[in-house]
Amino acid sequence: MSGHSYDAENYWKANLRLILGSLVIWALVSYGFAILLRPMLAGIAVGGTDLGFWFAQQGSILTFIVLIFHYSWRMNKIDEKFGVHEE
Amino acid sequence: MDQFYINLIFVGASFLIYIGIAIWAKAGSTSDFYVAGGGVHPITNGAAIGADWMSAASFISMAGLIAAGGYSNSTFLMGWTGGYVLLAMLLAPYLRKFGKFTVPQFIGDRYYSENARLVAVICLIIASVTYVIGQMAGAGVAFSRFLEVDSTMGLIIAAVVVFVYAVLGGMKGITYTQVAQYCVLIVAYTIPAVFISLHLTGNPIPGLGMFSTHTESGVPLLAKLNQVITDLGFNEYTADVDNKLNMVLFTLSLMIGTAGLPHVIIRFFTVPKVADARWSGGWALVFIALLYLTAPAVASMARLNIMTTLYPEGTAAQPIEWAEIENELDEDGNRHWIKEWEITGLISFEDKNGDGRVQYYNDKNPEFAAEAEARGWQGSEFSYNRDILVLANPEIANLPGWVIGLIAAGGLAAALSTAAGLLLAISSAISHDLIKSRINPGISDKGELLAARISMAIAIVVATYLGANPPGFAAQVVALAFGIAAASLFPALMMGIFSKRVNNVGATLGMLSGLIFTLVYIFMYKGWFFIPGTNNLPDTPENWILGISPLSIGAVGALVNFAVAFMVSKATAEPPVEIQELVESVRYPRGAGSAHDH
Repeated sequence: MSGHSYDAENYWKANLRLILGSLVIWALVSYGFAILLRPMLAGIAVGGTDLGFWFAQQGSILTFIVLIFHYSWRMNKIDEKFGVHEE
Repeated sequence: MDQFYINLIFVGASFLIYIGIAIWAKAGSTSDFYVAGGGVHPITNGAAIGADWMSAASFISMAGLIAAGGYSNSTFLMGWTGGYVLLAMLLAPYLRKFGKFTVPQFIGDRYYSENARLVAVICLIIASVTYVIGQMAGAGVAFSRFLEVDSTMGLIIAAVVVFVYAVLGGMKGITYTQVAQYCVLIVAYTIPAVFISLHLTGNPIPGLGMFSTHTESGVPLLAKLNQVITDLGFNEYTADVDNKLNMVLFTLSLMIGTAGLPHVIIRFFTVPKVADARWSGGWALVFIALLYLTAPAVASMARLNIMTTLYPEGTAAQPIEWAEIENELDEDGNRHWIKEWEITGLISFEDKNGDGRVQYYNDKNPEFAAEAEARGWQGSEFSYNRDILVLANPEIANLPGWVIGLIAAGGLAAALSTAAGLLLAISSAISHDLIKSRINPGISDKGELLAARISMAIAIVVATYLGANPPGFAAQVVALAFGIAAASLFPALMMGIFSKRVNNVGATLGMLSGLIFTLVYIFMYKGWFFIPGTNNLPDTPENWILGISPLSIGAVGALVNFAVAFMVSKATAEPPVEIQELVESVRYPRGAGSAHDH
């Protein structure tokens, strides 16, 4: 795969879109729910404390795992769709 | 059987496994030595990354760190896991496609600049050396604590074991020993945690138990913990943080620092395909999360355990008498560990008011001073080293002696596996990026393999020496290693993949300005080159610019790096066509052979 072709460009755009979407969630659960938005979510009780605390010590890590597996799975599909997957 | 022999059996058996693997996985070529031949399965690589990543600090100290800081230290949990999302999406697959042996090699080739490569080598060596000293020192401490040998002697034994499998097997030997070390450390960490969680909440999964009801009191565990510690003048465990900007920047520095650390990145070069590099990022985080989801539970439960042990009748009543702790025949059987660890000096008790009882409270809280005085307390009499929370876990949970042996083997596995990964990153930068690239380009594969082995041997000797005589900067792993990786390496790598426009001058100046900016800010507060007394401003929150701690500055340094690189590149010539084609080619998975030199 070398040089500029129409498909190659769209493949890269599809990758960037997927990364951007994943990173929005990545930032939302950690910097959002666990830190900046914690006071706003303080009303939602989770096991003796609030949702923000749960995201800070458990939820964000669990979300990160889902994000990476989802990205890998989607990217492998996109690789195939654009014919740039490995043999 | 005596605890000493149990520990000896566990540690000895684990070492025999590592050496057995080393003999089986001997490196025959530079490809074996640098990237384990490039044929590692993504799940195997995930486990190896887990051990490579989780250091003596993660294993022994992190739970204690969270126990002390509560919510505010969640930064470590998110920071040291969130970086894997960045690695798996922004760096690993493309660097794997690039298919070379080292991180500086990508920077040198992509920015067609030997200077850029040299800056990367220097950053790599400073970050990795700082990091490895702590691992070697940690191995020495683990030895001296569990096997009753002098800590320098322990350090030398650990170094000899690493020497055997790292020099002989290179990345190949390191990969498979890391998998074994991962198994040892995760079993050692989770067994006591499961029993403590069962005991306190009836839930066998610590991460869930932490948010369950505390069986004894019938209220949620965290609510109980908050109540007990605030009764004694400590901050609420789940209390929010005022300085959110600093919390965000610190978490971000740890995340991008994690993604930029070369010893982690090179592990992704060992898998056969680009798709495998993505998957192994996911598996790595699964294996890491097993410990990182358990650590906060250990933290809150162990802290509650200590409080309820010292105040068996509740915080309103008098605390326990020291004589009861010393009584080995205690029916409860759950207190004597305090005495045992007091002997090692990790727990201390000083009866300030002479009443024979163990008053433990926050004597630095002015609002609590009146109550303490009314109760006849004359200062907190009890203190513990935070490592106790993991080291004493088996005893706190009343578990048999073999679990303590397992903790000893686990702590050593954590220290050795991270040390080996770092030593490989250092030695491959020396043999491949300095000797092969600068000093003797005509060197044969056999000659380079020998050079790699000699560099590894020298790196181990230097790391051992520094581990035994740690310089001042060794305590600054978080500031120095993560700061440099975040401010210098991560942006250069990311721009190399996601921009075709950033050129040699831009990248080199970007890395240098990120690095210098970050170091100057750290030195201003921590002392120039960490020499005590040479700091310009006291390292306290009131003096930090905009409330940004020197530990959080790496994220700002990264921003400086990006900005300088883009502006300088815009003002200078764009990269040659073949470089733009190189960037194109790393973006598309097709055609990735196993990692090679040319």
